[in-house]
Amino acid sequence: MIPAPFDYLAPESVEEVLAALAESGDDAKVLAGGQSLLPVLRLRLNAPEKIIDIGRIPALREIHEDGEYLAIGAMATHDDVLHNALVTEHALLLHKTLVEVADPQIRHRGTVGGALVHADPAGDLGAAALALDAELVIAGPGGATRTVAAKDFFVDIFETAVQDGELLTQIRIPKHTGWRAHYEKFVRVAHQWAIVAVAATVRMDGGTISEARVALTNMGSTPVRAASVERALVGKPATDDGVREAATLAAEGTSPPSDLNGDAAYRKHLAGVLTRRAVLAAAGE
Amino acid sequence: MTRISVQVDGDHYTDEVEPRTLLVHYLRERIGKTGTVVGCDTSNCGACTVLLDGKSVKSCNMLAVQADGHEVTTVEGLAIDGTLHPMQQAFHDKHALQCGYCTPGMIMASIDLLNDNPHPSEDEIRVGLEGNLCRCTGYQNIVKAVQQAAGSEQS
Repeated sequence: MIPAPFDYLAPESVEEVLAALAESGDDAKVLAGGQSLLPVLRLRLNAPEKIIDIGRIPALREIHEDGEYLAIGAMATHDDVLHNALVTEHALLLHKTLVEVADPQIRHRGTVGGALVHADPAGDLGAAALALDAELVIAGPGGATRTVAAKDFFVDIFETAVQDGELLTQIRIPKHTGWRAHYEKFVRVAHQWAIVAVAATVRMDGGTISEARVALTNMGSTPVRAASVERALVGKPATDDGVREAATLAAEGTSPPSDLNGDAAYRKHLAGVLTRRAVLAAAGE
Repeated sequence: MTRISVQVDGDHYTDEVEPRTLLVHYLRERIGKTGTVVGCDTSNCGACTVLLDGKSVKSCNMLAVQADGHEVTTVEGLAIDGTLHPMQQAFHDKHALQCGYCTPGMIMASIDLLNDNPHPSEDEIRVGLEGNLCRCTGYQNIVKAVQQAAGSEQS
């Protein structure tokens, strides 16, 4: 199938995008890399009257250091970020997560910003953004910007803090230099969506975990931070015994979905197992 | 209609297209590059893979207007004066196909794989081709073909 007809705009600046959004109201849809939107359009799950392609704004694709932060343009592709040395140095968890996103072709087109705004609960990047305490820069009508913490960004399934007329422009990640990381994704076949996945990054002091950040994919309508696991890991040795008990807390307070891949109880079990594996793999990197 | 200007397999094309036209349909139906096939039409199988500015993409999951100003390479642009590209020759030599439907995409993805990683291990080949499905071969001969093209054949 092909998409329903739409009007197409390809602005060359953020200002033009915001003006087009202001004019179009909710009849317009922003096209980033299109790796989630194109399937939606082709299956006619959505038929917006206007598509605003933001793929011609080079400034939105930049990745640079900004003091204590790493600033990633919303239109940086998964592949751009995956192969960026600054990201590997200061946000290793993002690198490790991107390795597991889809396949090379999709990573060449799909963008970090597009994936975050799409906010599929089974998408991988939300958990990494949450665990790294990312901040999302959103431009609004007239060019005013606001910054939203990842914990407030994800509102519900396919719903974020980005409102009509607004555009996510940048992802700011506090540098986690020297932190080790791992993304443990459980799937049954290659390049499937995660049934459950766990993003973990740890700061080590010798063989001891001195700080930990853990977030879960597909354990609810939004990515979920496993705060009690993080607290329980502090001061523990990075050994199977040291991590096992903390990991059992992973599913605490979550409401995972039940579907053909597994029911909620199975996902809660997986969350514990995968958290243990993720933390051990992270610490062992 | 939107005017686009693209380079495909070394030739320049300027065309008016409906914005909803998928790149794969533009390639096949407007400029006759039927070597690139539509497989699953859901962006899973990778049969429609082409290179966009040298990087593999699924042409069923892209609009033709998004290719405006860019360079596309299809499987038809690989051979030079009738001499097969080393990856095409390797697929031929290793009989890396049965029905052949996945082959154009498999070859394009394999070329991208070696551009990124000229000497991949068997595991790296299998992971690198995870975006391409073959329902005939069990991938065995495809992996051998990529190894041949990489010059890393196990004798």
